Amino acid sequence: MSLRSSLGKVKGLGSAKEGVHHWRLQRLTAMALIPLTLWFVVSLLCKVQADHATVAAWVSVPYVTVLLLALSIALFWHLMLGVQVVIEDYIHCTTKQIMAQLLLRAFAGLGALLAVVSILKISLGTH
Amino acid sequence: MNNRPLSPHLQIYRPQLTSVLSITHRATGVALSLGTMVLLYWLQAVARGPETYAAAQEVLGSWLVQLVLAGWTWAFFYHLSNGIRHLFWDAGKGFELQQVYASGYTVLAAATTLTALTWGYVLFVAGGAA
Repeated sequence: MSLRSSLGKVKGLGSAKEGVHHWRLQRLTAMALIPLTLWFVVSLLCKVQADHATVAAWVSVPYVTVLLLALSIALFWHLMLGVQVVIEDYIHCTTKQIMAQLLLRAFAGLGALLAVVSILKISLGTH
Repeated sequence: MNNRPLSPHLQIYRPQLTSVLSITHRATGVALSLGTMVLLYWLQAVARGPETYAAAQEVLGSWLVQLVLAGWTWAFFYHLSNGIRHLFWDAGKGFELQQVYASGYTVLAAATTLTALTWGYVLFVAGGAA
């Protein structure tokens, strides 16, 4: 026999049963981002004042293309998981909450796509 | 429901290193998320070609943008260092109060040192910004 009231059951209140998935993905993307972001920052520092041809040639090197794509996906994924929790914690109005979560997903999704397409365009456009 | 008191009560709350670093992790996370727009702007500029890239270099080289980028660099190194601190906690290590304070000060020192090294390199070794 369940101790939950009929109303409680119908409203579906309680654990969403997906917290571990969120938690684990946040940590996985964090671990991926440690080497990826450090590599990216050091690479950029080697390209201060570099001209377009130099930067485009660097992006076109296959392993660089792959690492930049991995960085973009991990970055926007991690960003989405993190800001999602901030919004959950600080916005209490249900309508604003849903709007903010939708906007966040639009930003993260479009941002990741824009990064991926830009990288591929540079990489496949230069030889 | 909306008039319930906040916990912690912010006007009378005495901040400690631990709570300040915790909220700074969030603040830098949000700032870095917004900062990805600069990254997207730069990537797009490269993808569009030499003229757009040159224009973007001008914009990114202006002192105001450089100032924002310097702040963003600190936010990045802070979030990175404190993120590693969090991963150690997730592994169940470093929970003693003394260790928490030691790692906290280490994170602050690391973020500040790495930011200074990065911008020292950009401004004085690589010879200018962008």
